[in-house]
Amino acid sequence: MTTTPAHPLPGNGANTPPIYLDNQSTTRLDPRVLEAMLPYFTEHFGNPHSTSHVYGRIAAEAIERARGEVAALISADPREIVFTSGATEANNLAVKGAARFARAHPRDVKTRDHIVTLPTEHKCVLESCAQLEREGFAVTYLPVEPNGLVALDKLAAALTERTLLVSVMAAHNEIGVIQPLAEIGALCRARGVLFHSDAAQAAGKIPLDVEAMHIDLLSISGHKVYGPKGVGALYVRRRPRVRLLPLIDGGGQERGLRSGTLPTPLCVGLGHAAMIAASEMTGEAARLRGLRDRLYQGLARRVPELSLNGDPERRLAGNLNLTFPGIEAPALIEACPTIAISTGSACTSATVEPSYVLRALGLPDTLANSAIRIGLGRFNTAAEADFAVDALAAGAARLTDQSRLQQRGRIPT
Amino acid sequence: MRSGGMPRIETYLDWNASAPLRPQATTAMTEALARCGNASSVHRWGRMARREVERARTAVAALAGASPADVIFVSGGTEANHLALQGPGRQRVLVSAVEHSSVLHAAAAAEQIPVDGDGIVRLDALADLLVANPSPALVSVMLANNETGVMQPVAEIAELAHAHGALFHCDAVQAAGKIVLDAAAFSADLVTLSAHKLGGPPGIGALIANTEVDLTPLLRGGGQERGRRSGTENLPGIAGFAAAAEAAAAEIGVYDRVRALRDALEAEITAIAPDAVVLGAEAPRLPNTAAIAMPGTAAETQVIALDLDGVMVSAGAACSSGKVGPSHVLKAMGVAPDVAGSTIRVSLGWDSTEADVSHFLEAWTALYRRRRGFAEEARAA
Repeated sequence: MTTTPAHPLPGNGANTPPIYLDNQSTTRLDPRVLEAMLPYFTEHFGNPHSTSHVYGRIAAEAIERARGEVAALISADPREIVFTSGATEANNLAVKGAARFARAHPRDVKTRDHIVTLPTEHKCVLESCAQLEREGFAVTYLPVEPNGLVALDKLAAALTERTLLVSVMAAHNEIGVIQPLAEIGALCRARGVLFHSDAAQAAGKIPLDVEAMHIDLLSISGHKVYGPKGVGALYVRRRPRVRLLPLIDGGGQERGLRSGTLPTPLCVGLGHAAMIAASEMTGEAARLRGLRDRLYQGLARRVPELSLNGDPERRLAGNLNLTFPGIEAPALIEACPTIAISTGSACTSATVEPSYVLRALGLPDTLANSAIRIGLGRFNTAAEADFAVDALAAGAARLTDQSRLQQRGRIPT
Repeated sequence: MRSGGMPRIETYLDWNASAPLRPQATTAMTEALARCGNASSVHRWGRMARREVERARTAVAALAGASPADVIFVSGGTEANHLALQGPGRQRVLVSAVEHSSVLHAAAAAEQIPVDGDGIVRLDALADLLVANPSPALVSVMLANNETGVMQPVAEIAELAHAHGALFHCDAVQAAGKIVLDAAAFSADLVTLSAHKLGGPPGIGALIANTEVDLTPLLRGGGQERGRRSGTENLPGIAGFAAAAEAAAAEIGVYDRVRALRDALEAEITAIAPDAVVLGAEAPRLPNTAAIAMPGTAAETQVIALDLDGVMVSAGAACSSGKVGPSHVLKAMGVAPDVAGSTIRVSLGWDSTEADVSHFLEAWTALYRRRRGFAEEARAA
């Protein structure tokens, strides 16, 4: 299905870049998306808010088309889509915007100053919540089950009369688990609580329907769905209307929720990426599941003590989070220079601390330190999956041998 | 700049709203868009992206005469202005009355510094405001106005602000790339830049922030940009911004020619129409901007008539050009409402030509004569 040839497999000593298996960190821009974007960088460069002339109108029309494409991906109305600079901004706007609006308009919203989220959420949700705590809001970080999923009865018990918002990630960036969105949505709706879901990893990968799932706010990222970096979107429900205090105010664009000149080519890219993802989702998910299972089974045969973190069934088709007991993940990554993988989320991958997500699943530090994340994506092939099996198995074997030798005192530590 | 599109000639004179992408930026972005990698990942794809981001940071710093460590990449001028005004957490904020709406909205409770008839900040008024209240303030004054091109005495403003323990923020979105910037020379603590106004892509900008200024982030999360702005780095945007910044600095001399074109345009207008007014004409201005009033004809009418003739200008700031209402900038300058309501903004750029100016003058003059004809007929009747 791809229009680009798979890049050559790294050979011995060849200077080809490593195989890209980090698609939860970022994805390659789909060439079809690039093609759709390019004219809006060059000939159609008008400011989309200068609608008094044709340059501006061409840009404005392209943005509205893109808005429709993004809306269609999640069964929303185009008027419910607010373009942002990315999922980080969308999550900040959703969480802080909803809370601060409720505080600023206490008559519209009964005193609701309590937020429920999970300790495994992305940093941008957790940091937004931490900021709200400093502003006097109460936040419950509801522990997850060992498989990474939220227990619905515990969530129901955590909701109080003061609960304003529940924020739960649709599909996880490190462990790939997919939360029971429809059930969470139904629960929130019944209790009059807003439901926000960070769908940066899920949008375009699994079916999302904001109506059926009773989602009130939903965050989308461009560069996680083979679209451009620097753009994202927040879905904001209109009926019943969800109100937010904007983070960025000014010219009044995006119905006053997000001011600033809209980047036409980036919006067009996000729209096109959403359209492609929507039309190819079913087949692509099946293909990725096949590649992922092939990689996992191949590796499990050669690394018997291998274990999978996160629910094995309810997870993103392309995601694996694997523990190699007795091996330090950074050493394994270093031992496998021909593949690009990571220890967890990119934002924090430069830090040496074990993943807070794996800790929240109850993994002891030693095992959390031995986990790597593999993210298969649209441009990966079966040959690359097989190559990754060989690279990881060989790397793991080398490190295991080395540590055995060290234990016997044969080589200096 | 003209587009050779059939069936009519189109002349773009709305450069202050958005400039076309410079070819250097197109090349840099096309290359970056074809690559993959998250600049925060430790693997090779990530490290390559990181190198590109840091190289770009140096280029953008150079445009503003700043140090690379001061550059915080953000999504654009509006976000940068919010971070600048809200990030330092100063209780007291003073902004000039002619600031961009993103500054005015970022600090809704700000006190306004009045301007004179040319739109220049009254230094005496600023000094009075600073003396009247000793609590540490933040002063925000733009380098050049987006509607009139009028430039502020930012070195004096910075000095005054610092003398009273205030921080100084300068929105340089319209000035960058059109005149030589030197943040160090006017010693601003915070400077806002936008890429798409200087030939870079939309969706990327920077706040230049002295590392001694403690900023509370607007967007929290992964801790990118030294914790001052979270979110995956928009690498293609950053690469395009840097390429445009380098090209703009290298080609800044082209604005001598642009100034001559703009001056000729204004001279021609006042020769044709003695009742026409060029706003801020007596003040130091950007070389590319002209705010011209055709008294008696609403700005919207002019913009539509000029658009029908293939000439693209605006009735003021683009963000609000969809709305009808008097410009807060002209109001602050004390411009009479009828004059303010009949003012259009003509803004040129590095590709503007004599032919563009002639096309504009032709269309403007035809409209002017039509309107005057109507007015005379009405009087005769």
